[in-house]
Amino acid sequence: MAVIDHDAALAKAGANVSGFWSQAGFLARRYPLGAVGALLVLLFVLTALFANFIAPHDPLSTNSRASLALPGGTYWLGADFMGRDMFSRIVFGARISLAVAVGATLLGGILGVAIGLMSGFLGGWFDLATQRLMDIMQSLPLLVMALVMAASLGPSLQNTIIAIAIPLVPSVARVVRSSTLSLREQPFVEAARAIGMGEMRIAVRHVLPNTLAPLIVLGTAQLGSAILTEASLSFLGLGIPEPYPSWGRMLSESAAEYVRTAPWLVIFPGVAISLTVFGTNLLGDALRDILDPRQRT
Amino acid sequence: MSSLLEVSDLGTWFYTRQGIVKAVDGVDFEVAAGETLAIVGESGCGKSMTALSLMRLIPDPPGRIVSGSIRLAGRDLLKISEEEMRDVRGNEISMIFQEPMTSLNPVMTIGKQISESLILHRDMDRKQAMKRAIEMLDLVRIPEPAQRAKEYPHQLSGGMRQRAMIAMALACNPKVLIADEPTTALDVTIQAQILELIVELQREFSAAVILITHDLGVVAETAHRVIVMYAGRKVEEASVGELFARPLHPYTTGLMNSIPRLDLMRGQTDRSAERLQEIPGIVPPLFDLPTGCAFAPRCSKADDKCRAERPAYEEKQPGHWAACWHTNG
Amino acid sequence: MVSANPPVLEVRDLKKHFPVKKGLLRRTVGQVYAVDGVTFTVNAGETLGLVGESGCGKTTAGRAAMRLVEPTSGSIKVEGQEIIGLSKAELRPYRREMQIIFQDPFSSLNPRMTAGDIVGEPLLVHGVANKKEREEQVSALFARVGLRPAQMKNYPHQFSGGQRQRIGIARALALGPKLIVGDEPVSALDVSIQAQVINLLMDLQRERGLSYLFISHNLAVVEHISHQIAVMYLGRIVEYADTRSIFTNAQHPYTEALLSAVPVPDPAIKRKKLVLQGDVPSPVKPPPGCHFHTRCPYAVARCKVEVPSLREIAPGHQVSCHLR
Repeated sequence: MAVIDHDAALAKAGANVSGFWSQAGFLARRYPLGAVGALLVLLFVLTALFANFIAPHDPLSTNSRASLALPGGTYWLGADFMGRDMFSRIVFGARISLAVAVGATLLGGILGVAIGLMSGFLGGWFDLATQRLMDIMQSLPLLVMALVMAASLGPSLQNTIIAIAIPLVPSVARVVRSSTLSLREQPFVEAARAIGMGEMRIAVRHVLPNTLAPLIVLGTAQLGSAILTEASLSFLGLGIPEPYPSWGRMLSESAAEYVRTAPWLVIFPGVAISLTVFGTNLLGDALRDILDPRQRT
Repeated sequence: MSSLLEVSDLGTWFYTRQGIVKAVDGVDFEVAAGETLAIVGESGCGKSMTALSLMRLIPDPPGRIVSGSIRLAGRDLLKISEEEMRDVRGNEISMIFQEPMTSLNPVMTIGKQISESLILHRDMDRKQAMKRAIEMLDLVRIPEPAQRAKEYPHQLSGGMRQRAMIAMALACNPKVLIADEPTTALDVTIQAQILELIVELQREFSAAVILITHDLGVVAETAHRVIVMYAGRKVEEASVGELFARPLHPYTTGLMNSIPRLDLMRGQTDRSAERLQEIPGIVPPLFDLPTGCAFAPRCSKADDKCRAERPAYEEKQPGHWAACWHTNG
Repeated sequence: MVSANPPVLEVRDLKKHFPVKKGLLRRTVGQVYAVDGVTFTVNAGETLGLVGESGCGKTTAGRAAMRLVEPTSGSIKVEGQEIIGLSKAELRPYRREMQIIFQDPFSSLNPRMTAGDIVGEPLLVHGVANKKEREEQVSALFARVGLRPAQMKNYPHQFSGGQRQRIGIARALALGPKLIVGDEPVSALDVSIQAQVINLLMDLQRERGLSYLFISHNLAVVEHISHQIAVMYLGRIVEYADTRSIFTNAQHPYTEALLSAVPVPDPAIKRKKLVLQGDVPSPVKPPPGCHFHTRCPYAVARCKVEVPSLREIAPGHQVSCHLR
C-alpha cells in the first residue's frame, strides 16, 4: 500500500480553512477559472464605479485635431473620428454596460420571481396561461425579443433596460416556478400550513428564500447576456443613444468605415465586451458548482 | 469452520474540511463459508463504510483505505490491481444495497442487468446469460420469471426489485455476499419474505453473508455471529445467542434496552407504561473523538480511566469479545 | 374509558380519493382510493396508533383528519365541533388545537430560518405574544424538549437528527394544542435517539394531557406508545382495538401476519411465522370484496365478492373479516 500523506490529503479537502480570505483562497485554488472570472468582473465593476477617476479625458468632448489619433502617449487606445479618447470612452462605457446589466437583471429577476412564485403556488389556469406565454417568449432568441421591445419603446437608457429585462423574465420564472413546485410539497411548508399560515406568507417566508441559490447562479449568467444584448442593440442603433459611450455603438460606428484604416476603434471595444462577458460566464459556472448542493460532497 | 474472508486492521479514513474522519478504524473480523455475520450499529458507526471497503468502492477523494488487509481465500484484495479487483466485484464478492430502485439501472431490463455480470465474469454469450438470468429470477421466487426478465425496474414492486437485486448478486455464485440494510426500505411483511429468502439461498449457495443492519430484530432472526460497531470501531463481538443473552458492552446493553420489545406479544407483562431506557447524548463527531473510549461521554459506567485510555479489545469469555474497561466477567 | 368531555378527534367515514390524470388533456382516468372510509376516535389524553404498510393510506388519513389535504367526504369533529365545511379563516382557531410532527427531521425545518424562529413562528402567526414574550416562550419550549435555549440562534443544519426532531416537537407544542398528529415521528432516527424522542413524547402526554394520533409502520413503537390501535390495509381499517387486544388477541389475518413479520430482537424466541405471499395491490385498482383476499391464507369464495364491514366482535374490538 502506498504511503499516504495525510496532511496533503487534508489540505486538498480544505481542512482548517476559516475566515473570509482563506476561504476565498481555497475556493480560488479549487476553481481557478472562476477566480479569473471573479477578477474580471471585479475589474469591470470597479472601472464602472470609478470611471471619472480612471478616465484621463472627458469621453464626450471632441477634438478635431485628434481625429483618428493612433494609440500612444496622449490617447492610450487612440481616438475616434471626432477625436474622443477611446480609453476614456471604454471606461465610461463600462458604466453604461453595468447599469444596463444590473438594471435589466434585477428588473427581469423581480418580475420573474413574482410570476414564478404565483405560477407555482396558484397553479391552475393562471399557471397554464403564464407558462404558455413564457414558452412563446422563450421560443424567440433573447436578442430578437429585445430588438422588438427596443424598437417599439425607442432608444433610451431606461427603455434599453426594459427591453432587455422582459426577455430575461421567462428563465427566472421557470427556475422559481420549478423550485416552488418542489418546495411547496416539503414538510416544512406543510408545517407552516398546519399552524394556519396564509399561502402568500408561506410563499414569501418559506419558499422564496429557498430559491435564492439557483437564482444567484442564473442572475450571474444573465449579467453576461444582458451586457451582450445591450452591445448588440446599440450596435444596431436601438440601444443607448448618442453621445453616450456604449461599447456596442462604438463598434458599429467604426466597424463599417474604419475597420481597415483605424482597426483599434473596433478591436478595443470588442475586447472590452468579450472580456466582461467571458468573466461573468466563468464566474457563473463556478458559482453553479459551489452553490449547487448536488455537487457538494 | 475455516475462514473464507479475513479482514485485519482495516482502516478507512475520509479527509474532510473538518479534519480526518476515521470512518473505519482498525477493524478485524473473519467470516466462514455458510456463515452469516451481522455488523450492527447506528448511522455513522462505520458499518456501511466497512462494507464498501471490502468492495474497494470507497469514493476517493475524500476517502482512502489507509491500512489493513482483506484476505479472500488467502488473496489480499488490497494488494491487487484495480483491474483484478473488477473481476472480484460481482463475481467473488457481491453486494445488495438498501434502495433497490436507485441501485438498478432504470433504462435496462431486469434480465439484461442480471446477464451483464454473467457475460462479464463467466464468458457466457447473450443467450446463455439470459437463460441463466431467468433461472436466477425463478430461484429468488419471482413469478413468471421469463416475462419479468423483459421488464424494467419501475414495473416491479419494491420487494420484487430487491429480489431482482439478490438474483443479480448471486448470479455468479459469489463466495461472499454483502447485504447492506437489505430490508430497511421495505415493509415488514415484505421484509419477512426477503429475510427468509436470504436465509434459504445462503443454505443453497453456502456463501458467506455479511449483513449490515441497524435492526437488532433482523440480527436476532438471521445472523449467526454479531459485531457491534460504534464510532468506527468494534465494541463487541459474539455469537447471536451469547450476545443477546449476555451483552457485555454498555453500548450494546443500551441499544437493546432502548428498543420497545413487543412484550405483550411475547406473553410478558406490559411494560409500556415504563420509560424506555435511553442512551443519553449523541454520537460524537468522528473527526473529534474523545481520547479514551469513544462511548465514554454517553456511558453511565464511565470513569476517569475510560476517558483517558482507549479500552483494549479483549476476549472476555470464550468467543465473546468486547472493548470495555468495566467488563471483567 | 368513559369521559365526560367529547373526544379530541372524532373521524367518521373519512374518504380521500386522488384523481389519476393521464394524457395531453389531463383527463381523469381513475381514482386512487388512498383513504376509503375510515372511522376512528382519539380520546383526550390518549394515543391512537395508526399502523399499516406503505400505501395503506395511514399518512393521508392523518393529513386529511387535520384538513391538510382536503377530504373527499366524511366528518371530522374536533372536541365535538365539525370542521368539514369550515372556510380557511374559520378553520384557523382549530389549527391551534391540532399540530403535526413529521418523519423527516431534515426537510421538515426551513433551512434558512433559525431554530428559534421556527419554534416561534406559530406564536407569530397567531399573534399570541409580543416579541419578548415570544422569546421567553420559545426559550421555555427549548428547555422542555431538551435543547439549550442558547441554541435558538442556530440553523437547522447545525443540529443532529434527534435534535431536529426535538425542534419539530417544540414547534408543534408552541400553540398548546390538544392533539398532535405524529407522522412516523421516530422512523428516521437511530434507535438510541428514537428512545429519547419516544420518552419525550410520552412525558409530554402525561404533563399536558396531550392526545396523539401516532402514525407508524413500526409495531414495536406503536405497542409501546399507544392506548388504542387501528390497523389499516389499502385505505380501510381492518382491525381496531385497544393495544392489549391487538397484540395478544389479533383477529384479522392481516394483523396476525403483520405481527408475525416483525423481527423480534431475541434469538431465544422461536415463533411460527406467517409469511405473506405477494405484494400489496395497487390502491388504484383495489381487489373486489375484501381488499386483503389476494394475500390472505384463509380466504374463501365470499371474501372475493363481498366487502366485509367493520364489526364489533368483543367490547371495543372491531374487525373487518367474514371469518370472525
